[in-house]
Amino acid sequence: MAQTQLRRPVESGVPDNKQFMHPTLLKNYGNWKYHDRPRPGVLHHVAHGGDEVWSVRAGTQRQMDIHTIRKLCDIADRFAEGHVRFTIRSNIEFMVSDETKVAPLIAELEANGFPVGGTGNSVSMIAHTQGWLHCDIPGTDASGVVKSLMDELIDEFRQEDMPNRVHLSTSCCEINCGGQADIAIIVQHTKPPKINHDLVANVCERPAVVARCPVAAIRPALVNGKPSLEVDEAKCVCCGACYPPCPPMQINDPEYSKIAIWVGGKNSNARAKPTFMKMVASGLPNNPPRWTEVGEVVKKILYTYKADARPWERLSDWVERIGWPRFFEKTELPFTKYLVDDWRGSRANLNASTHIRF
Amino acid sequence: MAKKMHDTPNLDELEKGPWPSFVTGLKRLAQDNDMAVDLLGQLETSYQTKKGYWKGGTVGVFGYGGGIIPRFTELKDEKGEPIYKDAAEFHTLRVQPPPGMHYNTDVLRKMADIWERHGSGLIAFHGQSGDIMFQGATTDNVQGAFDEINELGFDLGGAGPAVRTSMSCVGAARCEQSCYDEAKAHRMVLNTFVDDIHRPSLPYKFKFKFSGCPNDCMNSIQRADMAVIGTWRDNIRTDEALAKKWFAKHGMNELVNDVVARCPTKAFQLKEIKDVRKGEHVSSVAVSDTHAVEIDNHDCVRCMHCINVMTGALSPGKDKGATVLVGGKRTLKIGDLMGTVVVPFMKLETDEDMEQLVDLGQRIIDFFAENALEHERTGEMIERIGLVNFLDAMGIDVDPNMVASPRMNPYVRTDGWDEEVAKIKAKQQAA
Repeated sequence: MAQTQLRRPVESGVPDNKQFMHPTLLKNYGNWKYHDRPRPGVLHHVAHGGDEVWSVRAGTQRQMDIHTIRKLCDIADRFAEGHVRFTIRSNIEFMVSDETKVAPLIAELEANGFPVGGTGNSVSMIAHTQGWLHCDIPGTDASGVVKSLMDELIDEFRQEDMPNRVHLSTSCCEINCGGQADIAIIVQHTKPPKINHDLVANVCERPAVVARCPVAAIRPALVNGKPSLEVDEAKCVCCGACYPPCPPMQINDPEYSKIAIWVGGKNSNARAKPTFMKMVASGLPNNPPRWTEVGEVVKKILYTYKADARPWERLSDWVERIGWPRFFEKTELPFTKYLVDDWRGSRANLNASTHIRF
Repeated sequence: MAKKMHDTPNLDELEKGPWPSFVTGLKRLAQDNDMAVDLLGQLETSYQTKKGYWKGGTVGVFGYGGGIIPRFTELKDEKGEPIYKDAAEFHTLRVQPPPGMHYNTDVLRKMADIWERHGSGLIAFHGQSGDIMFQGATTDNVQGAFDEINELGFDLGGAGPAVRTSMSCVGAARCEQSCYDEAKAHRMVLNTFVDDIHRPSLPYKFKFKFSGCPNDCMNSIQRADMAVIGTWRDNIRTDEALAKKWFAKHGMNELVNDVVARCPTKAFQLKEIKDVRKGEHVSSVAVSDTHAVEIDNHDCVRCMHCINVMTGALSPGKDKGATVLVGGKRTLKIGDLMGTVVVPFMKLETDEDMEQLVDLGQRIIDFFAENALEHERTGEMIERIGLVNFLDAMGIDVDPNMVASPRMNPYVRTDGWDEEVAKIKAKQQAA
């Protein structure tokens, strides 16, 4: 093969966003006064100088083919003003400086299968990961779980009928790339890794793998005359931390990699301080292509919250008011011994009071 | 025309239903792209066996040590040949987004064209760290794709033990809650570390995130090693016309139950207009001819709730800046850690202010590089050595804003107490 001169990269880093920004946003940069929402899916911002801009938000599949991207660009050129932005939850926003463009834009988006919503107190798009499509360590898929759930929650995306906003996430392993959320779906392995001892010595940096284990359950060993690693299965918490640095320590299992549901994560400082989510269910089957059992639990929690929470209570605020016993009672989820924390700092998660709701 | 499609009975189920379907998109690509045909074949296999079939490897572009996520198929026949050979190499280019993720259609179309020429045609807007993910290139095509993306003005993001791609909220571009120029901070900080982004050589990943207000739309406190969250020091601003408009629409029940009762520090009170206090730290605004709200800004913790509910009627003050929190991360290895306060407030108005922020980031990363163990995140390092040691190294004085409460145990040697008191007094006198 002929060696051509390789091009040196231009280490340009983060590009300047002003070159892509809608002109009304650019003109009023740092000078906005307030916003309101004329209808779900539409934000209306007013600048101190009186300029107004309407942003129409629509859901996407995040994993987009170039034809979908071009379709969105066509819509932006014909019905908006050629500028878009994406939200952290993979929604797309079209900005227009003329209110009369809002309704035709919404109609065009909906006609092309892009649901308009995701604003205010709605269920927004699910933050998610790569899963079987692209990850090297996935216990399940991501896009498929999201598609299945959003099909069922699309009305809640289009409306603003929740007590407060609801963020969902899915993650294909316990690393939880999907992130903290009001309701999170996360793989939970239930068996220790299965080790292919023939490969460990050649593939894994053994001391690094030993160091990676949070419970010191891995130790070097000689197996069948070869240097390998062994796991103290009584200590192992099946977290899968050893698998990325040592792929011969297979943690994923079609049957024993289960799915857990977590609730009450909140990163906003509004009202209570930010909170981490808590595990409330586990042992759910990893059941493609529609993950029905997972969807049932998520919907049960979501609609119990919707019916019972007061205005502006995030899921964590709601549980803070009603207490965990009533949360499990109302959602009909079993409170098992596995939900009692025993990791470091766990005493802070016990009830050190006589505060008990009867 | 591409080669014949594989049967995908499981994936076909994901074409049903109203939400946009990634499977329909992949099938459209598969009409004229063999890689997409075989990607669908491998993904369908995963749906049937419940197993993943990608492994990593080493693929990069000239001059960089990271930014490409290599993927090689492990789904092979008895001869060791890939079953889905046209998707046997399916690498991703992580590309840093503009702050606030603004695009015009021209640049999006150019990205689509590049990826049509060099890749599978599948792009994610965006990955969890904020990257635009160009998914699915063969090893041979990675360099050509990058060259064109780079010529377009975009650069690769971080991967591995490196400074990672960052995100900032829409912020000053369209949000009235914005407390600093998020995009400027994002670019100034990240573009200081292009070397640490492109050449992974830290103990582990390091993430910056930039949110313009305490609503923290970038979720920085839970997952950024250094979170820059906007806030303000002076009084909440009020607008009587918008306050009265809000009250006329929402009424007394909502004001009392949804706003007054939800103030976490009881700084927000409802009063008859005649009883409203005046004072340097009091914000007040009439909501009707008889009633007004009164906010004691000394007690307010800038949580944003009342401002979120009564947008326009209430807004952040004018003396704006940011709080810097350090050490957020998810579970592995020691458990979840929130970022905690390291700088309660810093101004971010002038270039010099921004340079102070860059300098803080630089010093934290230098210390992290020197002192963290392999695969240890910043928060874990601070947990191991103690916040005070970290602050000492940063040259930052302790501040009660950094703690939820003072120490709850006596296990500390305090024979330097008088010396510390003398230092604090000397500093107070010098100020």
